[in-house]
Amino acid sequence: MSAPVLPTSLVDNPRLDRWIHFNPDRTVRIATGKVEIGQGVVTALGQIAADELDVPLERIAVLSGSTDHGPDEMYTTSSLSIEMSGGSIRLVCAEVRAKALDRAALRLNCSPDDLSVVDGQFLQNGAATGQDYWTVAGEIDLSQPVTGSAPPKKADAYKIVGRSVPRLDLPAKVSGAAFVHDVLPASVLHARTLRQPNPGATLTSFDEAAIRRAAKGELQIVREANFVAFVSPVESVAQAAAAAAPAHARWDKLRELTAAHQEAAWLKGQPAEDRHIGAPMRTDKPRNLAQITVSRPYVAHASMGPSCALAEFRDGHLTVRSHGQGMHPLRKNLAAALGLPIEAITATHIQGPGCYGHNGADDAALDAALVAMRIPGRCIRLQWRREEEFAFEPVGPAMLVTLHVDLDARGRPADWTTEIWSATHVQRPGSGSGFLLATEALPNPPPEVQPTDPTEARGGGGTRNAVPLYDVPAHRIVHHLVQRAPVRTSALRGLGALPNVYAIESLMDDLAARAGEDPVAYRLSILSEPRARRLVERVAELADWTSRGAGGSGKGLGMAFARYKNRAAYAAVAASVTVDETVRVDRVWCVADAGLVVNPDGARNQLEGGIIQALSWTLKEQVRFDDHGIASVDWDGYPILRFSEVPELHAELVDGAGNPSVGVGECSVGPTAAAVGNAVAHALGVRIHDMPLTRERILKALA
Amino acid sequence: MAIALTVNGNARSVDVAGTTTLLEVLRNHLGLMGTRYGCGLEQCGACMVLVDGEPIYACTRETGTVAGRSVTTIESLGTPDKPHPLQQAFLDEQAGQCGYCLSGIIMSAKALLDRNPAPTRTEIVTALDRHLCRCGAHQRIIRAVERAGRAA
Repeated sequence: MSAPVLPTSLVDNPRLDRWIHFNPDRTVRIATGKVEIGQGVVTALGQIAADELDVPLERIAVLSGSTDHGPDEMYTTSSLSIEMSGGSIRLVCAEVRAKALDRAALRLNCSPDDLSVVDGQFLQNGAATGQDYWTVAGEIDLSQPVTGSAPPKKADAYKIVGRSVPRLDLPAKVSGAAFVHDVLPASVLHARTLRQPNPGATLTSFDEAAIRRAAKGELQIVREANFVAFVSPVESVAQAAAAAAPAHARWDKLRELTAAHQEAAWLKGQPAEDRHIGAPMRTDKPRNLAQITVSRPYVAHASMGPSCALAEFRDGHLTVRSHGQGMHPLRKNLAAALGLPIEAITATHIQGPGCYGHNGADDAALDAALVAMRIPGRCIRLQWRREEEFAFEPVGPAMLVTLHVDLDARGRPADWTTEIWSATHVQRPGSGSGFLLATEALPNPPPEVQPTDPTEARGGGGTRNAVPLYDVPAHRIVHHLVQRAPVRTSALRGLGALPNVYAIESLMDDLAARAGEDPVAYRLSILSEPRARRLVERVAELADWTSRGAGGSGKGLGMAFARYKNRAAYAAVAASVTVDETVRVDRVWCVADAGLVVNPDGARNQLEGGIIQALSWTLKEQVRFDDHGIASVDWDGYPILRFSEVPELHAELVDGAGNPSVGVGECSVGPTAAAVGNAVAHALGVRIHDMPLTRERILKALA
Repeated sequence: MAIALTVNGNARSVDVAGTTTLLEVLRNHLGLMGTRYGCGLEQCGACMVLVDGEPIYACTRETGTVAGRSVTTIESLGTPDKPHPLQQAFLDEQAGQCGYCLSGIIMSAKALLDRNPAPTRTEIVTALDRHLCRCGAHQRIIRAVERAGRAA
């Protein structure tokens, strides 16, 4: 028999004790490299461990994001935590359970097959034995590598997985308990930064006296080349200094931007690395060509709280607390940036405000560490300002997508070319494509790198969800990876999925209209996959699709569908809208298939969150630039969907047992945007191709 | 200068300039970290607390202006082990994702329910419209406040 194929996380972290530890207080510590970012992953991973060990959830303590005790699972991204970390924890727990039973059987002089586990205690033919995980824990060698030889339970044996267990982190969060922002050790020093406006910009003059006057209190200024931080025991003093500083600083080599740079249309014609994926390029003339071009501008994470980190450098060791997406990568990146050995750094995750991708959290950790290295022995709490968060977090790249689809005699796609213009979707530090922000301001800034995009094997970046799931005989992608974006771009929830699904699903409605067919019926005629068909049919039923009117009345109903990354969760979304100069989304229905769902209510919460964020992006959001950088730096300049604008939602999961678990955090994003686009087109009788679907664009479309 | 005020029912005195924000006083002088900094601009509501029962933005409110008045923060409600009925309603609805907006939202909901124990959905939306939530937990939050209203 060949060795079982282990998940990457286990290949990278084979020792059992990196994952599991039996605490003396009769709890089990389960460690994960993935972190809680508001998505409920700690609860779901705890459920998986509890079921596999036959230990109640109350006895599971999940340790998340610790370089000291936990596994290195890179970043918490791409809706992979349940699949990767959950799959690993399942195998580890099954193996440790088997080892523990072997050990107990030796003590009891019986066969392991005679033993069962209830509440962590070992029963022999149903009777108590006095043995449990904790009595034998000292005799199990958890320094051994995992083999994957112990088969995990079958899905029908799960008692905790599949249940809507309440989130473990929520009681603290409704009671004001601590985020990383709220950790305030005695004698902490507060720090704020003056940011280098762009890589390469140099600080030519700096009126320190004026800043000190504005700060009105004890202030230390840390400067290293073009990195400046203001440090004070009084938070408002550091804040006042940082708020005053830009007016008293002069920079050379500022980037020059124009209004055109903020639009997706600017991307076309820029120097790009061109890639061709899929079917060979066509040389013959198309017979019946349908085309569509859609765009999405730069969009923001716009988290509710600005990035924050704590750092302390003491006796040659740097301790960092951060709300970043991966503590092991953060440690490596800090080591490289600071010239410290990796072992001299401990990084611990503490929860922060919602994270939807590569935001400023890692950058704030380097900022705090830079200050801590200059003021050893003191804990530094560095928090970004609100305007700094908006202006310096990496943004989701603008995208322009054109589809050229040649139709057969029945009006079905026969040959399909997707052409994409986008800057990179990943500039995570350590990826080879990007750096921690402050390194650009230090004396030896990193060289400019050739941007790369996530590979197709990782789901692609600009090309994510560019391949339609419909039956298309020939499909190819032409991807123009624009080399130099006006601002820093990186991963934001769904990456290219939103614009790509918007393009595909807009075209589907157009093609249905061209064929004189109903959009749902048209889709089903070219959609063979049973799991996909089931969702499209179900969402049409929920939305009462058959009563959909002719359109053009100001009321619209639209739907859209995609399978995230073409291999993760399926989601179909329908939206009803009222359009009267602005778009009001009245109702949204979503049906998803995520395989075996660990926590149905948690998964629905994620679907709902994806829907609302996608509505906000689609209807309202665009990062705006001024002459030198991002100009939309507060909530007035960057409005998001409000309570009064949120529609009624219905999100449901079909029974996906029998299929492996896949994450749901990103699957509803693309279909939501496209369903709204289609609903607006139905309401108006004319399509709006460029997001966001603003009043100006509606009026222009109607003119 | 010493400013006397009542915080969560307790008489407190803080030695700060009158212009110091109430948010900084609560967090950095009184150790009440449940009130969040979000924007410092009265735009997001993460810092909402009650002054004499009315929701106000602590991020810009000068502490000198609340001298002698009664300030109520999220810490005045329950704890994870003994949640207040309003907090319990949020748990029952699993109303939240990252949770950063929740302290402020719960305080606005508290003010609403104190003056209107059974608000309509529209009244709830109106009361919460000053708050932003980026994770998209809005519908759950509205249901939680409805539930708390029914339970009252």
